[in-house]
Amino acid sequence: MTVEDVYAALMNVKDPEIPTISIVDMGIVTDVTVSDTGDVHVTMTPTFVGCPAIDVMRRDAEEAVDQAGAASVRVDVTFDTPWTTNRLTEAGRAALLKHGLAPPVEYDTVLDLTVLNNAACPYCASHNTTLKSIFGPTLCRSLHYCNNCLQAFESFKPV
Amino acid sequence: MNTEAIVNLLYRVADDALIIAHRHSEWTGMGPILEEDIAFSSIAQDKLGHAQALYAIMHEHFAQPKPDQAAFMRNAAAMRCCQFVELPNGEYDFSLVRHFLFDSAEMFRYHAFTDSSFEPLAKLSRKVIGEIKYHLYHAQTWMVQLGAQGNEVSRARMQSALNEAWPYALGIFEPGPFESALIADGVFIGEEALKEQWQTFVSDVCRDANLTIPSDVEPAYGGRSGYHTEHLQPLLDEMTEVFKIDPSAEW
Repeated sequence: MTVEDVYAALMNVKDPEIPTISIVDMGIVTDVTVSDTGDVHVTMTPTFVGCPAIDVMRRDAEEAVDQAGAASVRVDVTFDTPWTTNRLTEAGRAALLKHGLAPPVEYDTVLDLTVLNNAACPYCASHNTTLKSIFGPTLCRSLHYCNNCLQAFESFKPV
Repeated sequence: MNTEAIVNLLYRVADDALIIAHRHSEWTGMGPILEEDIAFSSIAQDKLGHAQALYAIMHEHFAQPKPDQAAFMRNAAAMRCCQFVELPNGEYDFSLVRHFLFDSAEMFRYHAFTDSSFEPLAKLSRKVIGEIKYHLYHAQTWMVQLGAQGNEVSRARMQSALNEAWPYALGIFEPGPFESALIADGVFIGEEALKEQWQTFVSDVCRDANLTIPSDVEPAYGGRSGYHTEHLQPLLDEMTEVFKIDPSAEW
């Protein structure tokens, strides 16, 4: 079993709150090692400290790697590499959009929350939008309204 | 490093997060408008996550009880939270003002922790500040909105809530028995230094909000050594009611 095999298996593990995106594209998987004897060690980092989905994702990751034929699997969740939305892959951003969520605004080192005032609408791509609430139905989403296509929408919050 | 000092510090911070999370969660289903209901509920969930992560660090590194046991099996006298977080929510104005004053302190506290010589705390804090940024943004927006940009009634209510909250807010920074050890070991900058950073920031925002900070106020100390208001034990009784039916249950 190779590191690539492990990543391939993890591509099938989805975020239970956003089932169109894998934990790899989400940037939750921070490290994968495979020993000579096929023992796999996966390290993950939670999106939010209190994310209730992390235990489900940890269990699903263990199962997926086990079924792919690992001799043994250990999955650790640590804060060694803090998760930020900049860890999302391009495929991950596309998957969010497919789910009807505006992908998070990308930023350099320091995040200024005023970027949320003009999030791009996931339906018509207009930036003529209004921030309604920085808190939404899950910890990682904010609420917006598009003044162009007159639709309410949710955005994945930059952190 | 002084283990006893770090454990004492972590219980203070974790208990603050646990108790304010419970108070915030009392707005779930009761908020004045839907967005505010969601905001307080989300912040509560974040804070609960922070408390759990801190209890987990203590369990892993210092042989303290597991997070659920630490959160649910201690009585009021064993809790190290400040009295501020245990006060009832009151009206929405008081909840907002407390939310602002408390989260400002948390922001500076976790920022200081990112430089802590106790590495697990530093790592967690780098993550936590990204979340508290949202909490503080929410609180600060409402301070200015209802203070300077509101009407006479909203400003008067915010001022009155600020007057009521202030002695308790100062109580956040009640020094503990290990201040000098924590500072000497590079674990934490200490409550006094933290308070100075906080006071400068809070003064600026209150000025923007056209609110006046009360002067010559005695801080409400006691919480950090287990002396609490009469409001904490009933909160704990309610919060732990289900857990205590069967503490060994698997959830």
